[in-house]
Amino acid sequence: MIFIRRLPQFDYVAPRTLWEASSVLAERKSEAVLMAGGTDLLPKMKKREATPRYLVSLKNVPGLAYIKEDKGALKIGPMATIHDVESSPVIAGKYAILRDTSLVFASAQIRNLATVTGNLCNAAPSADMASPLIALGATLSLSGPQGGRTIPLEKFFTGPFTNSLGEGELVAEIQAPQPQPHTGGVYIKHSIRNAMDHAIVGVAVVLTLDGSDVCKDVRIALGACAPTPVRAAEAEKALKGNKLTKAAIDKAAKAAVSAAQPRSDPEYKREMVQVLTARALNQAWQIAR
Amino acid sequence: MKQIINLKVNGVAHQVETDTRRTLLEVIREHLGLMGTKKGCDEGDCGACTVLLDGKPVNSCLVLAIEAQDKPITTIEGLASNGKLDPIQEAFVANGAFQCGFCTPGMVMAAKGLLNENPHPTQEEATRAIAGNLCRCTGYLRFVEGIQQAAKAKV
Ligand SMILES: Cc1cc2nc3c(=O)[nH]c(=O)nc-3n(C[C@H](O)[C@H](O)[C@H](O)COP(=O)(O)OP(=O)(O)OC[C@H]3O[C@@H](n4cnc5c(N)ncnc54)[C@H](O)[C@@H]3O)c2cc1C
Ligand code: FES
Ligand code: FES
Repeated sequence: MIFIRRLPQFDYVAPRTLWEASSVLAERKSEAVLMAGGTDLLPKMKKREATPRYLVSLKNVPGLAYIKEDKGALKIGPMATIHDVESSPVIAGKYAILRDTSLVFASAQIRNLATVTGNLCNAAPSADMASPLIALGATLSLSGPQGGRTIPLEKFFTGPFTNSLGEGELVAEIQAPQPQPHTGGVYIKHSIRNAMDHAIVGVAVVLTLDGSDVCKDVRIALGACAPTPVRAAEAEKALKGNKLTKAAIDKAAKAAVSAAQPRSDPEYKREMVQVLTARALNQAWQIAR
Repeated sequence: MKQIINLKVNGVAHQVETDTRRTLLEVIREHLGLMGTKKGCDEGDCGACTVLLDGKPVNSCLVLAIEAQDKPITTIEGLASNGKLDPIQEAFVANGAFQCGFCTPGMVMAAKGLLNENPHPTQEEATRAIAGNLCRCTGYLRFVEGIQQAAKAKV
């Protein structure tokens, strides 16, 4: 039995810049926790699963809620919410896979608070924004006391609810390259009630055709079927450079199963990976044409 | 850590002295005495605590009161004006869209948030807008019908 109580005591820290936020984190070490929308963190604190001495909130840093396209890449600021993704004209075009994802993400009330960056940093194996962004080839700009670095999103996750951020490090921006022409992206979230539930299995596909039906490039990412979101490399290999057919897609979907290492319900999840990968590939093929 | 915070709720400015760890829900109910906003789960699942922050629906149990300063807040008490109910409230009454009523304020605020952004929602959009609001009594259908009726009444 887990009791929900009022929030525990903490000192509220309101930095005005990302740099200041990262300095406080570096100085206070494990006593400090960063907060964006708070939809993961505040429930954890009410359950006493997290009891930070210092709560370092990004809400007072101006200018972090942007979603824009710049130098041929999508850029998402650390305070951009799921609702911002849902309503962004930049996303609605080439990055529609992210809009489709926002539509199956929690509730309207949560989407107005929850950030995309918080979803990635919380590092739930089922995090809905993770696999579509991996499929888009996203990278993260991190900044910390030692300076900045860039890391591919698929390398960011280290286990269930853990990530590769160092002491004092934070995510300063999410970036994704502009998809090439003839690209289609699909995210399928399999859950019990669709809304408000965590994904049982999530499959994201971003597929590029060469102008005909030949698969020029494809990225497939799976959520909730391994300790972290993962890429289905075998399935990608089976398709890249080959002509798309129903049989080729079925073969790739079968290969996708090898990437799944489910922590629970392994047989069911493996089966669903195969079914949903085939479905997502077929849909992405239609969109890309 | 006690702090003075300034909140603008239903058009009225309030100054309260409270602990930084208090949620907006706790301050609305316990300091301002506005009991229309309900506490159900206290963790974002039920929607009973829904208020509008800057016109958008949020779970007030997941917002720190100190972070709701400088933004207009609307609770269920702020919807009726000059003794006249909001069209959503009218439509819910006309439709019998409640039984025990515990979920009603959150449901109405979620509907209000939707119509603020999208004055003519489809049935699917109306259903999606209240997906984060639990009701143990009704079958949800009457809320959806009520929302669409309110949207028509507004034009
Ligand atoms: C009712 C409910 C329904 C939900 N439904 C879904 C769902 O359908 N799909 C889904 O994927 N999730 C869901 N969630 C989980 C949650 O809403 C998301 O993971 C959300 O995106 C987290 O973002 P946040 O801004 O609220 O994060 P926060 O709670 O503020 O932070 C989460 C974690 O990320 C860290 N963090 C935040 N920003 C940064 C940064 N810039 N740099 C470094 N670290 C950072 C924080 O320290 C914290 O550890 C749900 C949660 C609730 C309560
Ligand atoms: S009390 Fe806030 S969502 Fe249930
Ligand atoms: S009317 Fe009773 S919970 Fe909705």
